[in-house]
Amino acid sequence: MCDTCGCNVTNGNRHLLEGDGRLAQTESGREAIAVLEGLLSENDRLAAHNREHFDRHGVLALNLMSSPGSGKTRLLEETIAALSGEVRIAVVEGDLETENDAQRIRDKGVEAVQITTGTACHLDAHMVHDALHALDLDRIDVLFIENVGNLVCPASFDLGQHRNVTLLSVTEGDDKPAKYPVMFRAADLMLISKSDLLAVLDDFAPDKAQRHLRELASTAPVHTLSARSGEGMPAWLDWLRAEFQALGERATRGETLRPAIQPDGMRLHAHQHPQVPHGHHHRHD
Amino acid sequence: MHELAVCQGLMTQVGRLAVREDAGRITCIRLGIGPLSGVEPRLLADAFPVAAAGSVAEGAELVVEVQPVRVQCLTCGAQTEASANRLLCGSCGDYRTRLLSGDELLLMSVEIERRQRAGGVPDV
Repeated sequence: MCDTCGCNVTNGNRHLLEGDGRLAQTESGREAIAVLEGLLSENDRLAAHNREHFDRHGVLALNLMSSPGSGKTRLLEETIAALSGEVRIAVVEGDLETENDAQRIRDKGVEAVQITTGTACHLDAHMVHDALHALDLDRIDVLFIENVGNLVCPASFDLGQHRNVTLLSVTEGDDKPAKYPVMFRAADLMLISKSDLLAVLDDFAPDKAQRHLRELASTAPVHTLSARSGEGMPAWLDWLRAEFQALGERATRGETLRPAIQPDGMRLHAHQHPQVPHGHHHRHD
Repeated sequence: MHELAVCQGLMTQVGRLAVREDAGRITCIRLGIGPLSGVEPRLLADAFPVAAAGSVAEGAELVVEVQPVRVQCLTCGAQTEASANRLLCGSCGDYRTRLLSGDELLLMSVEIERRQRAGGVPDV
């Protein structure tokens, strides 16, 4: 987040500033000071720091979001099994309580760090940063961050991920993208999960779900799959491989990957200031 | 309900600003929030006094300016109003649009009272 150069000033808010950006003194002797800084700048700063860590170690970081029970952990279990020996995976699990999901991942022979958030309904960049201390990023190709099951809050917090993957299971309504636009607009990939149940559900139409996503001006790919039956899994695994390869190719040019939708100020910042080498180095050993 | 977390981040920001500007008190905070930021202005207003209690911004007025959702069509170029869950071009109906405003989550300005200097002694 930029505090100094005014790159947060957009056509939408320019009128809020006057003259040199410092508003006139009011009659009461109070002084109004223009700031124009993102409200989550503290979180965004740490998220950028996390992203630098991922980039330096060549780790593709994916933020997995959905409502509770849409099959995030099951998808990860099957993904780990399918990519065993090909892609080195680790998982950060976010839940309000219990170590259950991390244990399920460890049972697949993969490292997992559980974050229990207590009552917090989302992960933030700080929690993920702390979790990274428990992982050796040099031994990881793809890090999945399984966010707290929630279609509202996780969408507002950048964690430093390269891509957002949002699951919508067929046991939910196909109009979920219209009901939770902030979440689904943030998706770089939408996965319609539990497709093996479509045969017994007559009220979920994958093409309708996709249409609702397009109405959010999203061009994100949509894949329908079932981790249970394996149907549709190859397309998802190919997407993963392609993203991992793209990260490596960009790294050779000194660039990074970012989710398509960034919080307002952050997006503008990214446009106007190309990636520059950062000045400090600290390792998580 | 992540608005409390957003408010706590806001307190860190305005606290730092108060130190920098040598403010004795923050009297007003103006935010710009768009419907696509995922933050609900009413919940933010509820959380604000809780987060501000005991801080330099205690008792400050919180003004939230809700920003309109506007898109620009990548096909026909028209700039139109849209709604949060229907970001289609209002002119030709195409879904390939770019958001012009509506996802802001910005601290726009802060009104402060400067700390009174004892006896008018100039700063050294």
